Amino acid sequence: MKNKSQRRYCHPNAQGYFGDYGGQFVPETLSKALDELCSGYARLKKSKEFHRELNNYLKKYVGRPTPLYFARNLSKRLNRNLKIFLKREDLCHTGAHKINNTIGQGLLAQYLGKRRIVAETGAGQHGVASATAARLLSLECDVYMGSEDIKRQALNVYKMQLLRARVLPVHSGSMTLKDATNEAIRDWVTHVDGTYYLLGSVVGPHPYPTIVRDFQSVIGRETLKQLKEETGGRVDFLLACVGGGSNAMGLFHPFLNHKVQMIGVEASGEGLSSKRHAASISKGSPGVLHGMKSIVLQDQNGQIKLAHSISAGLDYPSVGPEHAFLKQIKRVSYKTASDQDALFGFHMLVEEEGIMPALESSHAIGYLTKHAQEFPRGSVIVVNLSGRGDKDIDIIRKFKQVPISAEVNEK
Amino acid sequence: MKNRLTQLLLETKKNRKKIFCAYMTLGYPTLTHSIQVIKALEDSGADLLEIGFPFSDPLADGPTIQRASQEAIEKGIQFQDFFKAMRLLRKNGLKVPVLLFSYFNPIFHYGVSRTARELFEVGCEGAIVPDLPPEEGRDLEASFRKFNLSLVYLVAPTTSHDRMKMIAQRSSGFVYYVSLRGVTGVRRALPHDLTSNLKVLRSLTNKPILVGFGISTPKQARQVCRMSDGVVVGSAILNAVRKSNGRMDGIKKFTRSLVDSVRSAE
Repeated sequence: MKNKSQRRYCHPNAQGYFGDYGGQFVPETLSKALDELCSGYARLKKSKEFHRELNNYLKKYVGRPTPLYFARNLSKRLNRNLKIFLKREDLCHTGAHKINNTIGQGLLAQYLGKRRIVAETGAGQHGVASATAARLLSLECDVYMGSEDIKRQALNVYKMQLLRARVLPVHSGSMTLKDATNEAIRDWVTHVDGTYYLLGSVVGPHPYPTIVRDFQSVIGRETLKQLKEETGGRVDFLLACVGGGSNAMGLFHPFLNHKVQMIGVEASGEGLSSKRHAASISKGSPGVLHGMKSIVLQDQNGQIKLAHSISAGLDYPSVGPEHAFLKQIKRVSYKTASDQDALFGFHMLVEEEGIMPALESSHAIGYLTKHAQEFPRGSVIVVNLSGRGDKDIDIIRKFKQVPISAEVNEK
Repeated sequence: MKNRLTQLLLETKKNRKKIFCAYMTLGYPTLTHSIQVIKALEDSGADLLEIGFPFSDPLADGPTIQRASQEAIEKGIQFQDFFKAMRLLRKNGLKVPVLLFSYFNPIFHYGVSRTARELFEVGCEGAIVPDLPPEEGRDLEASFRKFNLSLVYLVAPTTSHDRMKMIAQRSSGFVYYVSLRGVTGVRRALPHDLTSNLKVLRSLTNKPILVGFGISTPKQARQVCRMSDGVVVGSAILNAVRKSNGRMDGIKKFTRSLVDSVRSAE
């Protein structure tokens, strides 16, 4: 462990591989666009002006830095002298961490001379964040969304439309995020010359996993700084939910050379032994989807399986290649929380702290709540609160029949 | 070493003939029916066959092949059905060369060297894998080489000259030129830059060039054959299959009209 964490972490390689995972498994038509993206991003990354512009937006438009909040009540409630901090990405403009990436990539699209962006969305958070960045930067914006998700997330659909994005329903396959991603890539293949594909997570062909990670790493960088003030820099555990894995990667990445344990929490839906879950890392195997080699949920014929979670943002049947790699080298441990755990976590945070987390983030809280006894006494724990829960209120109301408070009070 | 594909390519070159390649999704509308269609395609004069093994997330395909793939998967097609079908077809006298058309994941999941060995054993000549550019194809290429199979790479309208050269060099048998920016499927017209792009590719390689994506009518097939060594037609054939109500005559008639127009370009 010691040796590993002291060796400097430096991935991916020039071919876009994190160990065995990553790469560019795309139709030839996209090769040129990916090349341009690689070289354009490399140039832009070195530009001071770009960073000045991005930081200005992050500060004055997104509302960064987001607070690192000491959750005193929750810490007390879970006992064992735990010190739980919440990284408040839910306070970002548009209500989730997604905007960190869409503004970064929006500027990149502008720099590459593209006038139109196309994006995929599951829960609609990335769609709203993309539509927002498109308004801000005067880009045309089309968002692909599974027709099933459109039903589940009507509020975000309307928000995107208000932001003058076109929401294009996807009726193929499972009609969720996976299929929306296929359709966004097909659109990109067709309009590759003038269109920028704004991917929302640390997935897809190289260089997307790296670009999204870099733009989300602001979460971890701020946390590092804020911890110095709060705890003198001490931190024992980082916790974040993992669907594609962008909020987790954003928090984890700046800490990879530090001595801290990291836990990614996947959605086990109705249970790992049921067929209805989204625990790609825990239950999947190596495969190729959406242009990357990673870990995927698949059947014996290599067909991609449907993922399920109560949270539309986590039901993706794969995960970013860097997560697959971090799992392989055992740098991050990946655990799961079920739909019920997430609901429990949601209500716990509402009752103790007056904060309504997104159902995605509720998985991290739910895991912590359920497994608090397994953390060493006095641990300092940072949980990434990746988004706020407004969008999920209808779903939560539907499940409210369970007498949650009674259950909470018993423990 | 010769296989049916290299034989075909040699003969067509010698006799200045054009190649008509027909695509069919295995398992659509049912496994048995698709095998009958494949035989009918040969009977109607197809020189080369691409048999598609359906994948749940076909990135490079338009609605027609997507729908056929989904139906075949829902009816429970297995990767091993491909080998079984091939064995049966060869046993029943299928003579034309056959290429597997599939995405990389089913192949990767089944095992790259295992796929190569079994393709060889059942009398298949190689594969086309639309989401496997040469950079990612080294393992499959090496396994294919062992069994004298062809891994055909694709060139697109967006491919740079240097890259065209590299792909043509690495592509085994022939080069597959993707006629348009986009996915497979029927289009009204041929892309306007097709002629000039094919000229460039022609100047960079001696390998035969087959053109696919978006070619659906006899007229389009003839036009394309005048500037290349052959065409691939897929979605239009699937449409004919869908309309055929289980009968072969419509499919045969349509395929023959394509074959005739390809011959008229020779």
